[in-house]
Amino acid sequence: MLIKRRPSILDPQGKAVEKGAILLGINNIKDTRINKYIEFSVDSNDRIAAEKEVNEYCSKLLANPIMEDYEFTLEEV
Amino acid sequence: MKPKVGVVVFPGSNCDHDAYYSFRKVLDCDTKFLWHKGPDLQNSDLIVLPGGFSYGDYLRTGAIARFSPIMDSVINFAINGGCVVGICNGFQILLEAGLLPGVMLKNKSLQFVCKDVYLSVANDDTLFTKDISPETVLKIPVAHGDGNYFADENTLKTLEENNQIVFRYCSPEGTLDGNYNPNGSVKNIAGIMNKKGNILGMMPHPERSCNPVLGKTDGQLIFRSIINNIFN
Repeated sequence: MLIKRRPSILDPQGKAVEKGAILLGINNIKDTRINKYIEFSVDSNDRIAAEKEVNEYCSKLLANPIMEDYEFTLEEV
Repeated sequence: MKPKVGVVVFPGSNCDHDAYYSFRKVLDCDTKFLWHKGPDLQNSDLIVLPGGFSYGDYLRTGAIARFSPIMDSVINFAINGGCVVGICNGFQILLEAGLLPGVMLKNKSLQFVCKDVYLSVANDDTLFTKDISPETVLKIPVAHGDGNYFADENTLKTLEENNQIVFRYCSPEGTLDGNYNPNGSVKNIAGIMNKKGNILGMMPHPERSCNPVLGKTDGQLIFRSIINNIFN
């Protein structure tokens, strides 16, 4: 699952990291954004039910829809 | 008659005892700790969500505490007009619970800020500020890493139209000035309430400026205002 802050929301961590790039002598980096990548397992045999559950997990807890967008992929294992 | 005060304790709360001490010892209210795992608010008239780092601030500040078992009761209590005050992490929890609008971002400076700040009373006709004269500048400490309040244009417009902004960061003289904003919050917002006026969220810590021994008592003005007006 990938959680990204909305483009309109400032990402101070990204900005600070970018300052580090300049200190390193890397000068052409722009628009650094620190996002979140979350992995988890779902114990289910029903893909649609699993998607529903994951969606609820993402929208109610993992991401705050006021400031973040999220997307997820489900892989069968 | 003084209100019965319930101070919720989440795992990671660390201003719960300061809040308890302020209400119990300084303001002489019947005050109880409420462990987050039970639904019982023990007939409290005022619920305090204290500061701290509930659930280690994992994921987002307040995001997990918002689902603690006690929160269903707190949300019901608040929706039915009960008085709820969220301080610092408590404010963050209120935002995550959707009881107040907006979100909290990391401080613009990226630094944890721990110092006294000055607050102007943006609305003096609230349960929380009724007994504070409008020109008063409050000196109250902040201590947070994520206090940069943000809301979209429409939400801000609604907050302003309904006079829901309660406190703003200002200079010691009371002038609204970005230089005195410790975290970069939009419109210098330090505290807001819901439209109905029974839920307050604020980043500064009034409970850390209640006891005269600590050299500052402006937090008492806010708590006394609540105590004096909660049953009106």
